[in-house]
Amino acid sequence: MLAFRFLGKTHLPHNKNTSMLSAVEMPPPAEVLIPLLQHIGAPAEAIVKNGDYVKVGQKIAEASGYVSSPIYASVSGTVGKPEEYLRADGRKVPAIRIVSDGEMALFEEIAPPTVSDLDSLILAARESGVVGLGGAGFPLSVKLDALKKGNIDTVVFNGAECEPYITSDTRTMIDQADRIKYGLELIEKYAPTVKKFIFGIEKNKPEAIAKMRQIFSGSDKVTVKPLHPRYPQGAEKVLIFNTTGRTVPEGKLPADVGVLVMNVSTLAAFAEYCESGMPLVSRNITLDGGAVAKPMNIKAPIGTAIHDIIEFGGGTKENVGKILLGGPMMGSAVYSSDEPVTKTTGAITVLGIKESLQPTESPCIRCGRCAESCPHNLIPDSFSKALELDNKEERINLLEKNKIMLCMECGCCSYVCPAGRPLVQNNKLAKAEYRAHLASLKDK
Amino acid sequence: MEHLVVSSSPHIHTGTNTSKIMRDVVIALLPAAVASALLFGLKALAIILVSVASAVLSEYLFNLACKKKQTVTDLSAVVTGLLLALNLPLKVELWQCAVGAAFGIVVVKCFFGGIGKNFANPAIAARVFLIIAFGQVAGGSATRFAELESGATPLVVIESGEGSLPSLFEMFIGNRGGAIGETCALALIIGFVYLLVRKVISWHTPVFFVATVFVLSLIVKQDLTLALYEVLSGGLLIGAIFMATDYVTSPTHKTGKVIFAIGCGIITILIRFWGSYPEGVSFAILFMNILAPYIEKINIKKPLGGIKDGKK
Repeated sequence: MLAFRFLGKTHLPHNKNTSMLSAVEMPPPAEVLIPLLQHIGAPAEAIVKNGDYVKVGQKIAEASGYVSSPIYASVSGTVGKPEEYLRADGRKVPAIRIVSDGEMALFEEIAPPTVSDLDSLILAARESGVVGLGGAGFPLSVKLDALKKGNIDTVVFNGAECEPYITSDTRTMIDQADRIKYGLELIEKYAPTVKKFIFGIEKNKPEAIAKMRQIFSGSDKVTVKPLHPRYPQGAEKVLIFNTTGRTVPEGKLPADVGVLVMNVSTLAAFAEYCESGMPLVSRNITLDGGAVAKPMNIKAPIGTAIHDIIEFGGGTKENVGKILLGGPMMGSAVYSSDEPVTKTTGAITVLGIKESLQPTESPCIRCGRCAESCPHNLIPDSFSKALELDNKEERINLLEKNKIMLCMECGCCSYVCPAGRPLVQNNKLAKAEYRAHLASLKDK
Repeated sequence: MEHLVVSSSPHIHTGTNTSKIMRDVVIALLPAAVASALLFGLKALAIILVSVASAVLSEYLFNLACKKKQTVTDLSAVVTGLLLALNLPLKVELWQCAVGAAFGIVVVKCFFGGIGKNFANPAIAARVFLIIAFGQVAGGSATRFAELESGATPLVVIESGEGSLPSLFEMFIGNRGGAIGETCALALIIGFVYLLVRKVISWHTPVFFVATVFVLSLIVKQDLTLALYEVLSGGLLIGAIFMATDYVTSPTHKTGKVIFAIGCGIITILIRFWGSYPEGVSFAILFMNILAPYIEKINIKKPLGGIKDGKK
């Protein structure tokens, strides 16, 4: 079945200009703004106050619930007054500003965790501050917790990196292969139920595929699966289908079909913590896009302002129209380059004025390309039509019938639509309405 | 102060738009248009020009009169005009062409809400309108057709048993009677290949349509040569390649396209062999156009990981 069918059909320009460039570490910026919510779940709670002196790797905010993650200082310096930071998604979250002293002094208490069983491995994952670095920001400890149930037999490492421009995962696989191996061996050792480790990597990254094959050549549990370079290979359910042949049913998690998916950079960051005790305080970020003068990979402290990174990378070569945290398909546009990068920022994409123009909308000509492109086999146009209905009940029924909640907002439908219709954008609205409807049902 | 565009993802687009798709269809029809001029002379060019001009002008005037957004730049009216012209016989009066194109655009397309909303292919509907309104010139009965300057169409010859059939090679290059753009199979196939390469259409509809006609002819006539004549004659190729593949009036999904195409093929054969008209492609497509929404409905794709309601 696998040989005949694979999901994801959209051909995007790859623009992997930086795939041969290792990340360059940038000097500490003058200050960083560290949001306390960089993950899915409850915001972390600050444990430092105005005027405190903190060092790199020192915990500044504690995880506040099961689905949460602690946050560490990414530069050494003085903590400022508590602030609120308006995220691109419109949510206000508390944030801590640290004025750097430029020393990057390391916190003295940094020490590798003692890992002796699965519980201590999960505890280490929590203390590492590592969350899903691919963009979702799901706390790693919660993800690894699923291993305790014992039904997970396959771990899929996501190295698809299917968005245009981004190469930070590619570089992690090439430059930190040893770390990835170390991290994988930890999971292998403490989660004996896992029988298979699969790396899913798009074929447009032959160096990464070769490196992974080489480093795991001795292990019969590990396979490297080259994927068709068709967007969205890196989407979780698509990746699971294309690597294992399993389908995650509606409303279920990968764990329900015995699979755990982890981004390769997440694994590397976790391995670094287990090795050295250094929690997640910086990450590799691809700086690229039509307006960027010199595309490159940069290792930046978390909380660094976007403009500091662009400046370090050599600035822009034309007027900037749009700045994206992430890639052009799913990244979010920011309203100001003062915004900080977070744990989940794999790329900063800077587009020129012309690239930032939205397509002009015209009537649907029923070409069917949206449905053709949908990796989930949905009919994107049907949701937009549903939204046009005046009757709320009909609207909700139609959304439900056509499975709006299966839409993962990959953006293929909008990308291919010759009429320039905002299909996935409508789906996001529809999902919000459907969610509100479900919530109102619960209240009753 | 920065002026950044803030919008929801995705932030890139293929750059394809309706005009570019329509432009591709026009390009794909050019070989047939050139062939029609070579085979039938300058009158063919005049028919094409009048038909296209009338289609574009009537859409422009309709939008103007109704204070609607001007849509002529999407080139869909050009496609309609061109397709209609290529489906008309040489004997048609130029004013009839103009009336037909205006009917297709205004009544079939604009009255239903413009591009994307028409229930039937405007060019087909216009052709059928002309057949019914001015039967003696636009298609029509066998005896009338036989009198046309361009000579009897092979279908009429086959049906009536009078006159002589052109060779299969002549059929292929279009040296036969018929509508000006439908005769040259070679030109139409070049257009088909272009549309496939440009990914404007999928192969399903034309291939299944033609294959159905071929297989059914073979079964009914028990003769390979006659079956090939059926494929190459009438408006089958132009219909299957350019009219049955119209996005708006055919199903969007592959399975639906196959059902649609087989339906078109069956109806074509029924009309050709047992109906009172020698040619059935236009009627077949028109009929299936009307069925298309129902085909679309029974053919909902199964979402990945989707659970049927009630099984939760």
